[in-house]
Amino acid sequence: MSESPALEIKGLCKSFGSLEVSRNVSLALERGARSALIGPNGAGKTTLVNLMTGVAKPSRGSVSIGGEDVTGLSQAGRVKKGLARTFQINNLFREMTVLENVYLAASEQAGVAGDPWRPAARHRGVFEDVIDALEMLRLTDEANTVVRHLPYGKQRLVEIAIALSLKPKILLLDEPAAGVPSVEVEWLLDVFMGLPKDLSILIIEHDMDIVFKFARKIFVLVQGAMLMSGTPDEIAASDEVQAVYLGRSLEGRER
Amino acid sequence: MQPDPISPRARILQALAADPRTRLLHGHRFRAAEALPWILAVVAYFAFDTYLSLGIAVLIAVLFTLSLDLVIGYAGIATLGHATMYGFGAYTAGLVAVHFTREPVTGLFMAMLAGAAMAFVTGRLFLHLRGNTLIMLTLAVVVMLSEVANKATSLTGGEDGLRGVVIDPLFGIYKFDIWGRTRYWYVLVTLFVLFLIARRIAHSSFGFALQGIRENDRRMSAIGSPVPWRLLVIYTIGGAFAGAAGGLLAQSNRFVGLDVFSISTTSTVLIMLVLGGTGRLYGALVGAAIYVMLHHFASAINPFHWMFVVGAVLILTVLFAPAGLFGLIEKLSSPLNRRAR
Repeated sequence: MSESPALEIKGLCKSFGSLEVSRNVSLALERGARSALIGPNGAGKTTLVNLMTGVAKPSRGSVSIGGEDVTGLSQAGRVKKGLARTFQINNLFREMTVLENVYLAASEQAGVAGDPWRPAARHRGVFEDVIDALEMLRLTDEANTVVRHLPYGKQRLVEIAIALSLKPKILLLDEPAAGVPSVEVEWLLDVFMGLPKDLSILIIEHDMDIVFKFARKIFVLVQGAMLMSGTPDEIAASDEVQAVYLGRSLEGRER
Repeated sequence: MQPDPISPRARILQALAADPRTRLLHGHRFRAAEALPWILAVVAYFAFDTYLSLGIAVLIAVLFTLSLDLVIGYAGIATLGHATMYGFGAYTAGLVAVHFTREPVTGLFMAMLAGAAMAFVTGRLFLHLRGNTLIMLTLAVVVMLSEVANKATSLTGGEDGLRGVVIDPLFGIYKFDIWGRTRYWYVLVTLFVLFLIARRIAHSSFGFALQGIRENDRRMSAIGSPVPWRLLVIYTIGGAFAGAAGGLLAQSNRFVGLDVFSISTTSTVLIMLVLGGTGRLYGALVGAAIYVMLHHFASAINPFHWMFVVGAVLILTVLFAPAGLFGLIEKLSSPLNRRAR
């Protein structure tokens, strides 16, 4: 039996008025994929993430998770199917502690967040999941710190801890290194390398160092369309990609 | 090899359990100070037995405010229409007593059911909305129901109010005497039971999920929370509680006036909640008790300008104690709490 891709998008289109921000984009993430999505500013990377996660609805095209069409499914519904994301700009429960932030996600994942009767403290298994996520990101010492009081870099880690505690099959990391002090970037990369092998990861990142160290496959998005995809070596060798990243338009180069 | 009897995970959990800041693990435990308001309520019965009707008004206001705290304080639903469920509960209890049965517990139960049903229907219609739109729509329902109750004179008595609400002795034994002795205990016990339920909800996983929605509802959707459903559930529970408060009012006064559906009723409950402090349950107790007593005594001193005193207290509270009077009490009584926040 051939396995369906963990996440697959086919022919996604999205326009705001006359502005086409996604133009017939297709990509697939295999199980255990370590992929990256790159592209210059305004290439439509975040729009694509929103289309994948269900925040925005495509004008055309389809999204499927493990071979199942989820185009009509809500964001929450897709999370239940195993699709988790982190946000480009920290999007946390700022007045709550790190522990509480991760608990919210883990209790939702465990299906106990609708239980109005048992005290939160009695859901022992949820706490174990929370602690596992905190340990993986070395956040246990900050468990009782209110998120607002954490340095920005640490808040990025809380983002990732939340996503991991959802026990996803597919993880979309939207510019995870943005705002992280350079000394911590290396360590962040370690964390990514240590994530479970069968988790499919798509990282959307500007930092080429991270992209080339992490990804085994790279997708290049330019002006809403997929320019090319390939191994890091292929991408590094591509004249087209070079041109885009050196800020020269292709037409200009040919002239 | 012998496995380590205490895994690192268990050790971390122990450390968290030992840390008083870990609200998730400690919140549901009863603290001694929590007995205080209930002791006061019992003492008040014996010490001020000529003020029992004021006491009953306080207890009903506390329940009404508590129901709003679940909706606004915990879930962050911006409503100005909480009188809808209160008034609906009051008329239901009144009409049940007039037309069906004078047995009080049945009437109270029907009032809760009516409040819940009303909340479920209006919540279903409105809860996807936010901010000013939601505030205006929920307020509009109060005003519309007031008009309906006013016109439907054959059913509600219109402007004269619903009269002839007679209540049988509680459990067939305790008569609702004019001094309010039975009524006081009836209302107090109802409030106590519902308070325990509210407290249970507040410290459950669901209660925390509501606080997550209040803090950042989009983020909750992104972690897979069915936000509209969660809001509808708590809105319905809050509606049942408000319906109970209205039902107790009808049974206790043996009368339902049109003013249960007034803008004044719907805004007063919000004032009481803000005064006491939102999202902390005991804020509702403190806020409602202080407001009703302030109203009673200040209006006795000066029936025309008593609102001035209430207004001044409210201004001072929101300026200098944004977490409400109970938030202030928390802050002053526990330096530990202050660090945790």
